[in-house]
Amino acid sequence: MSSLSLAVRDSNTMLRRNLLHARRYPSLTLNLLLTPIMLLLLFVYIFGDTMSAGIGGGGRSAYIAYIIPGLLLMTVGSTVIGTAVSVSMDMSEGIIARFRTMAIHRPSVLVGHVAGSVLQSILSVVLVGAVGVAIGFRSTDATALEWLAAFGLLALFTLALTWIAVGMGLVSPNAEAASNNAMPLILLPLLSSAFVPVDSMPGWFQPIAEYQPFTPAIETLRGLLLGTEIGHNGWLAVVWCLALSVLGYFWSTSTFNRDGK
Amino acid sequence: MTKPAIAANGLRKSYGDKTVLDGIDLTVPEGTVFSLLGPNGAGKTTTVQILSTLISAGGGQAQVAGHDLATDPQAVRAAIGVTGQFSAVDGLITGEENMLLMADLHHLSKQEGRRVTAELLERFDLVEAAKKPASTYSGGMKRRLDIAMTLVGGPRIIFLDEPTTGLDPRSRHNMWGIIRELVSGGVTVFLTTQYLEEADELADRIAVLNDGKIAAEGTAAELKRLVPGGHVRLRFTDPADYQAAALALNPATRDDDALALQVPSGGSQRELRSILDWLDSAGIEASELTVHTPDLDDVFFALTGGAGVPTQPKEAVR
Repeated sequence: MSSLSLAVRDSNTMLRRNLLHARRYPSLTLNLLLTPIMLLLLFVYIFGDTMSAGIGGGGRSAYIAYIIPGLLLMTVGSTVIGTAVSVSMDMSEGIIARFRTMAIHRPSVLVGHVAGSVLQSILSVVLVGAVGVAIGFRSTDATALEWLAAFGLLALFTLALTWIAVGMGLVSPNAEAASNNAMPLILLPLLSSAFVPVDSMPGWFQPIAEYQPFTPAIETLRGLLLGTEIGHNGWLAVVWCLALSVLGYFWSTSTFNRDGK
Repeated sequence: MTKPAIAANGLRKSYGDKTVLDGIDLTVPEGTVFSLLGPNGAGKTTTVQILSTLISAGGGQAQVAGHDLATDPQAVRAAIGVTGQFSAVDGLITGEENMLLMADLHHLSKQEGRRVTAELLERFDLVEAAKKPASTYSGGMKRRLDIAMTLVGGPRIIFLDEPTTGLDPRSRHNMWGIIRELVSGGVTVFLTTQYLEEADELADRIAVLNDGKIAAEGTAAELKRLVPGGHVRLRFTDPADYQAAALALNPATRDDDALALQVPSGGSQRELRSILDWLDSAGIEASELTVHTPDLDDVFFALTGGAGVPTQPKEAVR
């Protein structure tokens, strides 16, 4: 068997294993889904009136439209915490040592985690999106092509964060540490344009908020779904995603290839 | 002469300042059981981890199934099966799913995978539990599933790291039966254990590992001959005979209550004959004569004891 078809076949086997885990034990994913949904309801129904004044009026429905793109990306950040935790838990299992002594494509163990996690994240994004639609989010202006691009961006962003989360899971000695190490992935959206516009933040902080990975992705998604200005955020978002994916991939595989204990 | 299944030369490993393996040489012929015997912390697991490509050696070199560990680990992996000390099953999925996972990773066809899975589940008495998550299995069941998973790819060399540690006596005997069955099928088994009885029962050759070094190597019988501790015990019914023998046979340990003498002896034919000849010529008749050869316990403690350990009670090593 050629090494490429071996890699594909083994990765596919590992993906099936991870999906089996997720289907048997969905509680972790579901718990993580609660955070973005609660934040959505909190910001819309409790803070909504005040917040909408901050984005130039339009009331609650305008604010729903404003925060949905950010919350969709925050959902990704939240779901990949689960990835870091489950990778770290998996690495403490004896079965990983068995995989290491088998003539399989080694990275397939990680690729299985990544592929499984990307699928779960996309499912979570769809669920949060559905909640958004249920409370009044509409994106009637977007063309089919824009929808496709929005979906592609979400998938690419998920891939990037997942590889980073896998690396975090690999370097964490236990599940608690993994959860702590991955925490920035759900906190970063709070420091982005997800909830309030960047130009309403203190001047010294604006550059940080503007160029961290979440803001360009949020602004691009907002542009695609609601027709706001995308500008340089489009290519910035893509560069961030590709850079984080590559970094996460090499970080994770080199960590995994180190001697097991 | 055929190539050995495992050949290691000067294997070393250290973690920081701590030397775990200090130059290990091993040769295991194909189709035999080799047992690495040693106390906790001797380096048994490290040796298995190196030979099974899990960790790299700090020095020395080794071939497993004719392939070099350092240059062609993937070829080694294709030839071996490993059952580690800690259960290497996926607890979140069922026993059957674990087996099918192995079949997929060995690239068996779906049909072949199902056949092998059904056959091994049957052979290891796991059919009833097949649909339950492996995390709910008892220790013995987990170990059986573990070995069944190891066998899916039909490995020619199997590493078993303390396969019976923590098992109850019945499960242990079952495991011994399984290991014997594997060997009768021509598989080479590399076994580590801290149970002397187990090495004695199963292994063709035994190496005693202590403090990162091989303290002795040979068959169980050869090892037993290495240490003193063998003696001939003579019991008398006539106190006069006993006294006469006690004075003449020196050095001997006296047991005045039982009228018995212990004469140090390796138990060889010549040594026995000289004792018998002397008894005959002196006209003394012993009512009972028994030869005690040292068992592996004696060997083990003599080789690994250092200071203060030899009087350890037997329970501690069972």
